[in-house]
Amino acid sequence: MKKIMLTLKINGDKYEIITYPNRTLLEILRDDLLLTGTKESCGEGACGACTVLLDGLPVRSCLLLATEVKNKEITTIEGLAKGEKLDPVQESFIEHHAIQCGFCSPGMILTAHSLLNHNPAPTEEEIRFAISGNVCRCTGYAKIVEAVKALSKRGRE
Amino acid sequence: MDGLQIIGKRIPKRDAPQKVTGSAVYIQDLKIPGMLYGKILYSKYPHARILKLDTSKAEKLPGVRAVVTATDIPATFRIGVMKDNPPLKTGKVLSTRDEIVAIAATTPEIAEEALSLIDVEYEELPGIFDPLEAMKEGAPLIHEEMKSNVLKMPWKLVCGDVEAAKKESAFIVEDTFSTPWVTHCCLGTSGCIAQFDTNNNLTMYSNTQIPSLAQNDYIDALAAFGLKNKRVRIVQSVIGGGFGSKLDTYAYEYIAILLARKTRKPVKIIFSREEEFFATSPRQCTITKISHGCDKEGKLTFREIDMILDNGAYTSWGATTPSVMMMPISSLYKVPNIKYVAKCVYTNNTYSQAMRGYGNPQATFAIESSLDQLAEKAGIDPYELRLKNANEPGEITPQHFKITSCGMKECIDEVVKRLNWKEKKGKGGNRGVGMASLIHVGGGARVYKSDGCGTIIKMDDFGKVDVFTGSTDIGQGSETIIAQIVAEVLGISIDDVNVVNNDTDVCPWDVGAHASRTTFVAGNSALGAAKKIKAQILEVAAKLLEEDPASLDIKNGVVFSTKNNEKNTPLGKALRKLHYTAGGKMLMAEYFYDPANENFDKEFKGNLSVSYAYGAHGVEVEVDKETGQVKILNYIAAHDVGKAINPLLLEGQIYGGGLQGIGYALGEKMIYEKGRLMNGNFLDYKMPTAKDVPPVQAVIIESDEQDGPFGAKGIGEPGLVPTAPAIANAIYDAVGVRIKDLPITPEKILKALKEKEGSTK
Repeated sequence: MKKIMLTLKINGDKYEIITYPNRTLLEILRDDLLLTGTKESCGEGACGACTVLLDGLPVRSCLLLATEVKNKEITTIEGLAKGEKLDPVQESFIEHHAIQCGFCSPGMILTAHSLLNHNPAPTEEEIRFAISGNVCRCTGYAKIVEAVKALSKRGRE
Repeated sequence: MDGLQIIGKRIPKRDAPQKVTGSAVYIQDLKIPGMLYGKILYSKYPHARILKLDTSKAEKLPGVRAVVTATDIPATFRIGVMKDNPPLKTGKVLSTRDEIVAIAATTPEIAEEALSLIDVEYEELPGIFDPLEAMKEGAPLIHEEMKSNVLKMPWKLVCGDVEAAKKESAFIVEDTFSTPWVTHCCLGTSGCIAQFDTNNNLTMYSNTQIPSLAQNDYIDALAAFGLKNKRVRIVQSVIGGGFGSKLDTYAYEYIAILLARKTRKPVKIIFSREEEFFATSPRQCTITKISHGCDKEGKLTFREIDMILDNGAYTSWGATTPSVMMMPISSLYKVPNIKYVAKCVYTNNTYSQAMRGYGNPQATFAIESSLDQLAEKAGIDPYELRLKNANEPGEITPQHFKITSCGMKECIDEVVKRLNWKEKKGKGGNRGVGMASLIHVGGGARVYKSDGCGTIIKMDDFGKVDVFTGSTDIGQGSETIIAQIVAEVLGISIDDVNVVNNDTDVCPWDVGAHASRTTFVAGNSALGAAKKIKAQILEVAAKLLEEDPASLDIKNGVVFSTKNNEKNTPLGKALRKLHYTAGGKMLMAEYFYDPANENFDKEFKGNLSVSYAYGAHGVEVEVDKETGQVKILNYIAAHDVGKAINPLLLEGQIYGGGLQGIGYALGEKMIYEKGRLMNGNFLDYKMPTAKDVPPVQAVIIESDEQDGPFGAKGIGEPGLVPTAPAIANAIYDAVGVRIKDLPITPEKILKALKEKEGSTK
């Protein structure tokens, strides 16, 4: 297999990468760029831990080849805060104790962030539907739903 | 308790900012210069003889740095609770998770490719996958040298006279219940990095729940490998979930050590999700035959239980879970006469470990399901039967548990009130209510000779403190709880408390994050250390302020005289004075807390825990008779927690445990066919998602435990203990069928409904 060169736009920065064409976005993020906030938990698209945003929409980076996302804006958990200022979803997750072991949190937060961007006032049912592809074993989801709901209300005010 | 500043407050978890920004470093994320990647070849068959093993092709693959097999370790070296498990197998393999060869290579891909080049020739042997088969006379022996497939762990508890009590009972029920293999499903898979220095001292980067005991295991292993008197340091990365899965040391850890020693490089092994499913140790399946009885008034007279547990091919802590099962059997209710016998049986399945609840969920499913059967037979409302027999403060149970605080009746009452039990019970219409109670250790558990935990506190120049604790945070939030306790005692802000809990080079000893013990034991340890250093601070400040230490206190980081507020000094100033004075000193305190609980005696009696956590869950369900689907309409989880040190985190334990319990009740099962796991992935193993969550009310009852830190008891495990029987009981109330085999799937309900219709026609 021959290596290829590709340019990726991640969290507003451009990266030039020389790699094999069969590598996933997740592998590039974690192994080459050390953006280890994106987690691998199942490697087959079943748990959502590797969720990143592609042009603002949640995708599973373990199922995408890096070459497929060349001209897209990629947002990982490292790119969500604005400098020292956390994203409202991050703040809400902290405040509502939507986190225990934290392994699902980056993917969960990005999914919730995208939901709120596209639907600022989601109902509880819409929240549950949106995050149902992100598996969490610790929290029972109750506090995660609360954390997102709290922002939904703010969105309506 | 009045005047508390930090205890009892809803304080967010201190490590949450790192976790929401992706900067928390898990074992998966850690890279060390020069690091190699290890991969393991597992057995192709659940039971086979290895006839030939050829690794020569793998060794020649560019990038491969080492290959290890059983020949790299002493033939007698074994790991595990019964020392029955060689980390690399030769001769015979006993399960599909048996490790045969391991490779270290420069990339994980090369290591994986090298595995495919290994040539193993097997002679497949007939396997035993059912513990009942394994117990039959003449059954092939899993471990030939043991002479029997039944483990030499004779679990037996006898209190009073069961036979006499049977004769005196007005009502008796008898039935059999069973539970499946289920697994922890930690989102962060197992893993470690082993690294030797030039003197062959080992550093292990790990996500273990038991740093001090793992350290001991590795030191023993190094000695067996010819490295005597070496130092072992364990550095814990952020842990992506535990739930009991990391309570033992496993073959892959010893393999990483062997590969690191052979290559003189750090070697990392991280499990894939597939490995996490089939090669970690899950909660075992059980078959429980139970009978119990009551008198005419509904007072329980006896309980008799025979239990068979599938131990699997080797032995980890799963084999010791009957010790905890004895607790609900003997001490959930007042039952004077008890007989419990449990047998753990070797099979060619995976081998079992404890999982949140440590056997309690399996035992409580049988007890609380059949208690409803008894209530029906005796014509008593199941709620009244529970209340009538509920334990109370001051009781000494037949197993010699001393019940101190006990909010069981309050929990039952909350369930009844919040479910509107009396209105809804037995009303039909495919809707029903059910409840189940729980007891769990809430004040440590003396499983080992010690149940202790150490804390060291050190004050810096600026009035801030570093707390070094032996306890491990597996996501539950113990770091936050310990910081709260220290800040409360010292009268400083929680932001001024730094907790160090991940490095055996600096952290004191602890037996591990198990038995819901961390808040209680590590909390009491932190409390003791904080009180000690406070006394030292006041002594120093007393000289400075020319006051009696007894009349000084600390608030908001300022030491002041309680007689005269004008007399005060900021903490930092007093400490700097201490450091910058000739003949000065530093302030540091250590405290080791080992609760006054007891190991079981030879009859398995003794006060296992200093206090016991009680609770009751109630559930309202609707059952669709066409599809067999169960919908949970309302779920009440009432827990006696002693005192909620942090209600926000505590609710997290109840919600999280509760949903694991719901998964256990309604969906989760590892499907093994002839020793092979058929559903080892997140698509086929039905773990609940956000859409499966019913409305849950977490109800906190505070009973103020006399021995707990600020009155607290443990709450890590109780949340899932009574869930399955509460749901089973509600389904029975709704549609009149009792499912006695978990999980309660729609198929089982439909089958039971059909059988019921058939029998009434």
